[in-house]
Amino acid sequence: MNTVEEYAIDLSGVTKRFGEVVANDHVDLKLKKGEILSILGENGSGKTTLMNMLSGIYFPDEGTIKINGKEVVIHSPKDAFELGIGMIHQHFKLVNVLTAAENIILGLAGSGRLNMEEVRGKILELTGKYGFELDPDQKIYSMSVSQKQTVEIVKVLYRGADIFILDEPTAVLTPQETDRLFEVLRNMQKAGKSIIIITHKLNEVLAISDRVSVLRKGKYIGTVDTKDATVESLTEMMVGEKVSLDIKRSEPKDPHLRIKMQHVSVRNKEGVVKLNDVSFEAFSGEILGIAGIAGSGQKELVEAIAGLQTLENGDIFYEPPEGKEENLSGKTPDEIRRLDIRLAFVPEDRLGMGLVGSMDLTDNMMLRSYKNGGRFFADRKTPKALAEDVVRKLDVVTPGVGTPVRRLSGGNVQKVLVGREIASSPTVLMVAYPVRGLDINSSYTIYNLLNEQKEEGVAVICVGEDLDVLIDLCDRILVLSGGKLTGIVDARNVTKEEIGMLMIGGKG
Amino acid sequence: MELIITFIQKAIGQGIAILFGATGEIITEKSGNLNLGIPGIMYMGGIAGLIGAFFYERNNPAPSPAVGAAIAVLCTLLASALGGLIYSVLTITLRANQNVVGLALTTFGTGFGNFFGGSISKLAGGVGQISVMTTASAFQAKIPGLSNIPVIGSVIFSYGFLTYSAVIIAVLAALFINHTHKGLNLRAVGESPATADAAGINVSAYKYVATVSGAAIAGMGGLYFVMEYLGGTWTNNGFGDRGWLAIALVILALWNPLSAIWGSIVFGGLYIIYIYIPGLTRATQELCKVLPYIVTIIVLVVTSTRNKEEKQPPASLGTSYFREER
Repeated sequence: MNTVEEYAIDLSGVTKRFGEVVANDHVDLKLKKGEILSILGENGSGKTTLMNMLSGIYFPDEGTIKINGKEVVIHSPKDAFELGIGMIHQHFKLVNVLTAAENIILGLAGSGRLNMEEVRGKILELTGKYGFELDPDQKIYSMSVSQKQTVEIVKVLYRGADIFILDEPTAVLTPQETDRLFEVLRNMQKAGKSIIIITHKLNEVLAISDRVSVLRKGKYIGTVDTKDATVESLTEMMVGEKVSLDIKRSEPKDPHLRIKMQHVSVRNKEGVVKLNDVSFEAFSGEILGIAGIAGSGQKELVEAIAGLQTLENGDIFYEPPEGKEENLSGKTPDEIRRLDIRLAFVPEDRLGMGLVGSMDLTDNMMLRSYKNGGRFFADRKTPKALAEDVVRKLDVVTPGVGTPVRRLSGGNVQKVLVGREIASSPTVLMVAYPVRGLDINSSYTIYNLLNEQKEEGVAVICVGEDLDVLIDLCDRILVLSGGKLTGIVDARNVTKEEIGMLMIGGKG
Repeated sequence: MELIITFIQKAIGQGIAILFGATGEIITEKSGNLNLGIPGIMYMGGIAGLIGAFFYERNNPAPSPAVGAAIAVLCTLLASALGGLIYSVLTITLRANQNVVGLALTTFGTGFGNFFGGSISKLAGGVGQISVMTTASAFQAKIPGLSNIPVIGSVIFSYGFLTYSAVIIAVLAALFINHTHKGLNLRAVGESPATADAAGINVSAYKYVATVSGAAIAGMGGLYFVMEYLGGTWTNNGFGDRGWLAIALVILALWNPLSAIWGSIVFGGLYIIYIYIPGLTRATQELCKVLPYIVTIIVLVVTSTRNKEEKQPPASLGTSYFREER
């Protein structure tokens, strides 16, 4: 006789349409009690939509949802809480000016006066039990991304949930923070909680989950035990075809000096030293990687070259293909541009610094070009053609070039930004965390673009967080630790561990 | 000494109307609604209370002060809540621009007050002829006994019941906002409606209740002015720019009703200080009337350079919330 397995969640035939678009097409999914299940899929494959139906944000058009064997209807986030389902969204839903504790009890039933002492006690009990670090009285605005995530998880635990859904929880975390998160998740699993983790980072799937379910274009493809899966087999399930995961790296051709940084120091607004006496050179036709623990000065380094930081010390020289050397230190981005120095910068904060979210693709292209041409009216035709060109060449998924950029998915936003920067035919291209939040296909599109630029003789500087990728992609890797340069290594003859040693400041 | 006591009394007298308005506006703004219609709503509240009392006294040969006061308060609450409701429907349900709706409501409310003020003046027999003495006497009744204590009596106990209500309402509002579950939810709605929504808070309900009750409280400021300050009569545009001062006071008080209490007295004092400075010409008197606004600007400059998150306006202030918008 078959023993019937008890499932925490049992979805069958769940369908969700948005107008013409079918976001989920008869999806069946089962979550066993006490397991960690990964849901894997490309951008737009319907992972988040499916989970939003469990957390009460969307309502399914067809299909049934069973929680702990009982068929249920989930109308609102409140219903989901009552069923013990808690979702940790990719974009945190927290109120900045409130403390962690206030955010955690937000919206909970309770009348009369707040008893913060009691709340604090309960929170500390939870953090102690699962191994979090959290100060209940800290305000959200003074927290790091990973601390905010901790608040979100504790918020769900506080509500007594026993089914957890985490939407891309590691997209914004450093490798160390990811390890800590996984440790907490394992503790939660030991305490009998069932966990779904949505991701497209394959190594993480293999590291944390018991089983993997794959979605592709809204359809359920299948579920495998993690122990039987490999990176290759999962990619194939996810993309639907074999994908080569090798990055083609060519030898640098005819390298010339482009950027020379000498003894540069930078302090941030609070007066903390972010770059400490950094000197290096970047050459045309090579990709220089920049590695380091988050906040070690990577951002300040590229921003210093782009003219966005005030240097306390030192000089940055730019060596053009023809003509004489220019000193960039003390110049604003506009002055650099007027010297006809073609620097392109893809910042980490795409919709904050790179693009204007509420403007459409054409207007965002114009941000780069509106100063060209001396006529009274700005030229809109060229940027429009450029926008159409970028959409076509980089396969940007968008209803049209008139769509506001913030409506696009993360991968497509990045393609638009990189496409625009490359179109200015730069001699130096700086990218910060170019694939953060992107799926495999989009990531490899970006890697290929960087390689193309390198082959065309551009000096590429790439700040990255995935060391495996940096080692495969770059020619040389510069490692920062606490604002100090701890080494520049040849990416062809280096191991991850050696870079890791440099990242924590050790002599490699 | 005598002069100082009078000055303090007059400052408080000027300040109370502003305090009502500011408390109402703080509750409203905590929900993310910037109701610039408050000056108009205060006009509406004032005239409605006066109309109520006027018809009660007119149709009743022996009017009772208590009944008249009750009718006046009820009419004020209804009219000003209606003003808040108009604003709510337009900005919350129909998601119209808050600034435009607010300014339109202020224009409307001022006109509403002046129109009906003129109408009942006509009924009463001419401009300045309206008088609801009996009802006003209830509003102006001082605390018996206590108000006779020298100095303290005149500074603290010599006002009508609305003055004390204004202070008590401000204190209760502060307790509600900062120390209750519902107050926490309200703050969350004003800071980040999407977060509040995901936490299971009914964003629209909170916005409606806060805006309508905020408007009702603000309307009491109009009633105070008409009854306790003017003694139950009406002059067109008599309320002046006190409604705008109330909105300026919200900023001065940094969205804290407790600070609004002392702030309203400071504003009241600055508003009338020109009377007490000897040797001012008409032109310099007008300059003195600008003082409350100058103080507000200085506070704005200081707080924005300090850049402390807690001292900033609610983050979603002035924007409408729509769940499905990304």
